[in-house]
Amino acid sequence: MTDLTTLTLAQALDGMEKKQFSSLEITNAFIDAIDKANPHLNAYVVTTPDLARERAKASDARRAQGKAGALEGAPLGIKDLFCTEGVRTTACSGVLGEFTPTYESTVSGNLFGDGAVMLGKLNMDEFAMGSSNETSHFGSVVSPWRRGNEDTKLTPGGSSGGSASAVSADLCLGATATDTGGSIRQPAAFTGTVGIKPTYGRCSRWGIVAFASSLDQAGPIAKTVEDSAMLLQSMAGHDPKDSTSLPNALPDFRAATKRSIKGMKIGVPEEYRVDGMPPEIEALWQQGIEWVKAAGATIVPISLKHTKYALPAYYIVAPAEASSNLARYDGMRYGARVAGKDLNSTYENTRASGFGKEVQRRILIGTYVLSAGYYDAYYLRAQKVRQRIAQDFRDAFETADAILTPATPSAAFGLGEKSGDPVAMYLNDIFTVTANLAGLPALALPAATDANGLPLGLQVIGKALDEESVFAVGAGLERAANFRAKAAKWWL
Amino acid sequence: MSIDEKTVRKVAKLARLALPEDRVKPMADELNGIMAWIEQLNEVDIEGVEPMTSAVEGLSLPMREDVVTAGDDPQKVLKNAPKSEDGFFVVPKVVE
Repeated sequence: MTDLTTLTLAQALDGMEKKQFSSLEITNAFIDAIDKANPHLNAYVVTTPDLARERAKASDARRAQGKAGALEGAPLGIKDLFCTEGVRTTACSGVLGEFTPTYESTVSGNLFGDGAVMLGKLNMDEFAMGSSNETSHFGSVVSPWRRGNEDTKLTPGGSSGGSASAVSADLCLGATATDTGGSIRQPAAFTGTVGIKPTYGRCSRWGIVAFASSLDQAGPIAKTVEDSAMLLQSMAGHDPKDSTSLPNALPDFRAATKRSIKGMKIGVPEEYRVDGMPPEIEALWQQGIEWVKAAGATIVPISLKHTKYALPAYYIVAPAEASSNLARYDGMRYGARVAGKDLNSTYENTRASGFGKEVQRRILIGTYVLSAGYYDAYYLRAQKVRQRIAQDFRDAFETADAILTPATPSAAFGLGEKSGDPVAMYLNDIFTVTANLAGLPALALPAATDANGLPLGLQVIGKALDEESVFAVGAGLERAANFRAKAAKWWL
Repeated sequence: MSIDEKTVRKVAKLARLALPEDRVKPMADELNGIMAWIEQLNEVDIEGVEPMTSAVEGLSLPMREDVVTAGDDPQKVLKNAPKSEDGFFVVPKVVE
């Protein structure tokens, strides 16, 4: 029998529909795979095998009764940023202690409502602040990928590093993730997986631990563009419990992946050719341009002239929002309280011992830029620069239907290689952060490998609410690239 | 604008983060490194630009009926409390 864990989501659903195997069988296959791999990869911070088997059995019963949902019986991983009822949720921070939600996030609830089975909670950078998954309270995630024959531990990217590592290593069919500055797309690019951040407001933020509320969006990491479309279809949708949730009807995302891109106009922004970009990334981008041309699309040069200011603007806006959002962790109502001599010192001790180094750094930046006397110079200016960046995109979409760029400025790096220099780490998100600032949908997909055999990704950015074009172009590139590389399972 | 040690202590106080004295100087250096990189925003012409306060265009914040939608379940609310008693959160003394 084929190894069920290597199937795509679409193949697995098809196999269950044809009664080739049950949800319990594929769930057990993943539980075994996680047992073997997780001590090496650290992708899951909580595994829920008993709950998974129970839900898989219930799912098989529903299918037998002809009541199969769109994702019936599919075993998935859930990023630890999503509150899951009765299962510990900490955003991989020490400050949340053993927090166990009494409610389910809208997005994970949507997936389970469609029949999906949860295998456990996935590791991530603490509060989603990081690009290498090294800031997690539960230790770094290791990528299944290696440079050639070296055994250097590589990052799967971040903040959704657990999601990317788990999908890439066949430890779930797909996973939830979130993206505030690139946290879905950068890990996807580093691990040869597909990730999409939809238009801001497509997925409800209710029950997702908040980082920077005007930027945070949930989305899936999956094995194929089609799988990512199927997962997003279930995750997205209007939710009255999130006031920024969009009321617009959802199009058929999976159908969009079958669409031809003939006649589409694909924008290529000159400003994404950054200093020090490896020639392999440049070559990959050129190759992507050739692929969409061969599929009948036209290339149009566009200008996104404020691109270089996107990251500095982000590092004002995101920490400012984070410092406000994270004020709630005071050790009074939940989390790990560390007593002091009075109320204020209890707050200060709780927060100093619960938050990690990067989170504390960002809280201090956020508090500083919002403090009296600096608000106009930093926060207000950053919001105006953000408007400039959004306007660049509005202008570009006057002529382009979608935009093609590299997903990251390099392939995955080694754990520890960049953790000493915050700014060098932040630069990882140079190609992804603009879509967050402008609220646009963007997808990363694997397109080639570098000289060391590591995956490299392309990114497709679309107009607000036009995930369909993003999926169409992404699927067209996927067909042309025919990316088949897979990390060797060295832990077996 | 350079962030001195006094400012670091003040900001840590505002953020309710205990910062050991030996971390003040290194933190000032780290924050200055990041803020120096952020200074390039001063190159951007922002004359007459409206600040972008929301990623959602053309949507005003919806109002909902002012009715109770959830509640009346103190056990659930207190489930994760570090300390609780008789249906209440127990916190350090606030008023002397």
